[in-house]
Amino acid sequence: MGTAGVIVSFESVGLRYGTGAEILRDLDFKLVAGGLYFLTGPSGAGKTSLLKLLYLAQRPTRGRISLFGQPLDEVDRNALPGLRRRIGIVYQDFRLIDHLSAFDNVALPLRIAGHAEDDIETATNEMLGWVGLSDRAGARPPTLSGGEQQRVAIARAVIGRPDLLVADEPTGNVDAEMARRLMHLFGALNRLGTTVVIATHDIGLIGETPGATLIRLEKGGIVDPTGGLAHPPVRRGENA
Amino acid sequence: MRPQWALTAAERQLLPAGRRRGPTRGLIAIMMFVMVIVAAAGLAIGNAAALLSQATEARYSIQLPGGAGQGDALARAARDLDGVRSARAVPEEEVNETLDRWLGPAAREADLPVPALVEVEFDDNADAKAIETALRSEFADAMLVANRSTIQPLLRSLRALGWVAASLVILVGVAAGAAVVLAARAALAANRDTIDVMHGVGATDEQVVRLFQYRIALDSLVGGALGAGLAALVLLLVSASGLAIAGRMAGQALLFPVDLLMLALLPLGGALLATLVARRAVLVSLRALP
Repeated sequence: MGTAGVIVSFESVGLRYGTGAEILRDLDFKLVAGGLYFLTGPSGAGKTSLLKLLYLAQRPTRGRISLFGQPLDEVDRNALPGLRRRIGIVYQDFRLIDHLSAFDNVALPLRIAGHAEDDIETATNEMLGWVGLSDRAGARPPTLSGGEQQRVAIARAVIGRPDLLVADEPTGNVDAEMARRLMHLFGALNRLGTTVVIATHDIGLIGETPGATLIRLEKGGIVDPTGGLAHPPVRRGENA
Repeated sequence: MRPQWALTAAERQLLPAGRRRGPTRGLIAIMMFVMVIVAAAGLAIGNAAALLSQATEARYSIQLPGGAGQGDALARAARDLDGVRSARAVPEEEVNETLDRWLGPAAREADLPVPALVEVEFDDNADAKAIETALRSEFADAMLVANRSTIQPLLRSLRALGWVAASLVILVGVAAGAAVVLAARAALAANRDTIDVMHGVGATDEQVVRLFQYRIALDSLVGGALGAGLAALVLLLVSASGLAIAGRMAGQALLFPVDLLMLALLPLGGALLATLVARRAVLVSLRALP
């Protein structure tokens, strides 16, 4: 695979916390712009750690990561916020700010980016409508159900129309109908050009999403137990 | 256009309001109280030393050993000399009273050679040596003693106390700075989740720092104003009693308007310093994050 259209590139990447064993090792793969990727693997395989590397919450202990064409080891700290604004994150534990309303949580990325308050209000209300929480805009996260919190987290992640959306178990706390709606939202974003990476255990969700690429992690490395996936991962349809 | 340091209402909400009421304000209030009191004492001591030094600059005593009864003649002779503004013979009774205080009532019975004593004040730029020489042509044993040299040890002590006060103000300032650093780090730790989310959605370190900077500035201003206000009250009470006496002794107030201005600026300076220290501490901590 060449570098044209590549949005993320991992070269011999390893990650360890402190002096412990490597959580991730020898990761070599590329994600293309506009791709839809599912990251799967058993618990403890390193999915969340890999996502942390993707959304710049961790630096690799070895190897090289390039994001949006920029090698991260050459990126100045002051340039990181600019890269992060191009990434939407849905955390596994939602990480909503408890003392802010659902509206203010969703509006946060736009406020950080310095948008005008009028634009923020319109966009946030529209996004809350998308995830079915218009009537809960003023509620604070502790008063929301798990599923509602997850939808607020998703709305916050996508409101800035990110180039890369990274979601850790985004449908884990919602019912099947809401899961389908959220996947529809991710699909719509993907069709608009956003690269989407979703870590999930939900095999059914993967099966219902044609054209997605599967990345399977085991014990910190990318594996292909079926033999149906090339390394580095490619679109599933290409190997079918 | 909004200044870079100013926060919008939405930004102010990012740190929970409840956590603003920590011990920081109380701590800063106590430290500012101590700083203002110590600074006021130091300034008053410094001013007292300067006033005393000024008051004794042109004052001298003429002593004539064993010259009891010649005081008036000595004073007249002194008055006639160039450079002498005034001369007053200290009455013998006054000299005896002084001796009584030092030596007890037995001093009167002992046949002590009581000197004649004259208090003189010189004109500005008067030549003390020439005056003494001229005086000795008439009273060979007359000695001219500068009052300044008599109180020199006291002036040195007062100046040393002034420096001690200044050092204490600096030490309390450093302690307050350290307390602010700890408070800033504690606030950072308490709000770590919010900071991670902010960083995650693309906030710059500067945007995060501004939140804490605002909070510390507010705490410092409120705490500083409280401490300084309380100190002002104490100073008013003291000045209505002890300090006023000292002031009357020195002939004027011991704290001048410029001193009061300096004291009033202490809380503002303290708040500014606290804000800068907190800003630096938060920036250093943030740079340690990924």
